[in-house]
Amino acid sequence: MSNPVESLYNIRLLDELAEKKSIIHNVHPLMKVLTTGAYLLVTVSFNKYQLSNMLPLVFYPVIVMSLADIPAIPIFKRVLPALPLITGIGLFNLLYDKSPVLVLPWITIPGGWVSFLSILIKGFLTILAALILIATTGMTKIALALRIMRIPGVFIIQLLLTYRYIAVLLEEAGRIVRAYSLRSAGEKGIKFRDWGPLTGHLLIRSIERAQRVYRSMCCRGFAGEYHTGREKGINTGDILYFAGWSISFLIIRYFNIPAMIGWLMMGVRR
Amino acid sequence: MHMADALLSPAVGGTMWAVTAGVAAYSIKKVQNELDEQKIPLMGVLGAFVFAAQMINFTIPGTGSSGHLGGGTLLAILLGPYAGFLTLASVLVIQALFFADGGLLALGCNIFNLGFYTCFIAYPLIYKLLVHKGYSTGRIFAGSLLAAIIGLQLGAFSVVLQTLFSGITELPFRTFVMLMQPIHLAIGVVEGLITAAVVVFIWKARPEIIEKAASGQTIGSSDIKKVLAGFAVIAIITGGVFSWFASANPDGLEWSMFNTSGKEELEMPGGIHQTLASIQEKIAILPDYSFKSSEQEVDGDAPETEGWPAVNAGTSVSGLAGGAMTLLLAAITGLIIRSIKKREKARAV
Repeated sequence: MSNPVESLYNIRLLDELAEKKSIIHNVHPLMKVLTTGAYLLVTVSFNKYQLSNMLPLVFYPVIVMSLADIPAIPIFKRVLPALPLITGIGLFNLLYDKSPVLVLPWITIPGGWVSFLSILIKGFLTILAALILIATTGMTKIALALRIMRIPGVFIIQLLLTYRYIAVLLEEAGRIVRAYSLRSAGEKGIKFRDWGPLTGHLLIRSIERAQRVYRSMCCRGFAGEYHTGREKGINTGDILYFAGWSISFLIIRYFNIPAMIGWLMMGVRR
Repeated sequence: MHMADALLSPAVGGTMWAVTAGVAAYSIKKVQNELDEQKIPLMGVLGAFVFAAQMINFTIPGTGSSGHLGGGTLLAILLGPYAGFLTLASVLVIQALFFADGGLLALGCNIFNLGFYTCFIAYPLIYKLLVHKGYSTGRIFAGSLLAAIIGLQLGAFSVVLQTLFSGITELPFRTFVMLMQPIHLAIGVVEGLITAAVVVFIWKARPEIIEKAASGQTIGSSDIKKVLAGFAVIAIITGGVFSWFASANPDGLEWSMFNTSGKEELEMPGGIHQTLASIQEKIAILPDYSFKSSEQEVDGDAPETEGWPAVNAGTSVSGLAGGAMTLLLAAITGLIIRSIKKREKARAV
């Protein structure tokens, strides 16, 4: 995400996905936010060795993405850049945790590997859940959910303004970087003496833009509050969506479903 | 340096959410008390600026690598600590949602690590103290550089503590600190240099911006307010008439915390297990692979294997097979839903 233009495409892709129409898109944003919260809490609550227990959690992204017509590959691609830190810290578990926890007839797998894999899976699922939320809901509807959750208006207005102007300023930053690179043939990157002026000009332009924005907001009757239109109410279906998923997550949390399937498949007597 | 969901336990994540919500609620109160609505669009646009500026990579002289602007210190310098903290929080919310930076559960940690230390510790104790005697290029440069470095060091140390308290990593405390702090010292120096370069440039080009910001005034001219005062009154009345939106109590976020990590027993409840046992012999798909494995249990050289009660080949293999089956079932479910949807679409056409 280190390129202004790429970031812009990323935001636009997620915005476009959020504009689609599907059962999932129709669910009330508050319920989707709460469901995502429940999913994240349950996912991270598994301990580091409960690798197989947490696998049924993949049903949530699979089902929601399928119902909401969210393409898998572009979303997965966006999960990957977030994994290096998790991988980096997880890798140390391989070094420090060598107690055997997974004994197969042909190999004994140390705890480090199990906990490393479980960190990776947790990382993947939690990041995916956040992307699914934004791709099926969109920023304005998430702001609506926040408002219902009684987050103060000042913060929400500010969040929406930041979101709105990110696209504008990313374009501007992209143009600056492109112009610089065209005028500095043979140079690698931005020179130290240009750090200040380059970013500083963008900053001054942003401040001036903020003044123009404020003036036009004043002209349209802005007085410190942000007025929104009528919002969609929460219906039974929305509540059932949240309740259904929450119960499923709790079942996954407290019953080792893959182990049950395994026993059924192989008839292992404990 | 974003903290990730996967490295957190629900207790640590929830606590940090609560702490951050508290700081945010206090900041909102402060910003609202200032009653300067001109600051709101400025916060929004500067938040977007930080976001965009972070996408610009600056080459570090003498090395092949590059760094980018760290937002907290700059926002505190331009907006003051309270508005700066809130602006950085909204940038981090958008980064977590759109760019998978950190995660939603780790958002509390990230806002605290990147926003609290820069806005409420490094800014007042370092930057303000240094420029207190009067502005000069040298003081502004040193103030912003040091504030950015120390803010990031404290943030990195928090990441270490949050990860360790979550019990996810096996890294010993000292090793973890020795890894994190020097790396973030290097990153902090680069971020600090960029921040200092920008602040010094602004000081030279538009000194009033820095001075106004430091004295708590909003950057920019306020003539427009007087000019538009009459119109504003009408606008407020109109807005008020159509407004139903009134309450803005700073409740903050309330997150329920599951206190379940760590000590769960993984054994099946008797009823289900017995029922399964009685039918599994009949419907076992892979009976040849069963291991009557009580003899193969690994003896006590693994004291730290809490949470994985029965270490034996039978459960391990069935766990693997069951896990694979679960993933397969999930994939099949997805494919079925998609094919049904495709058929429906085809029918609709």
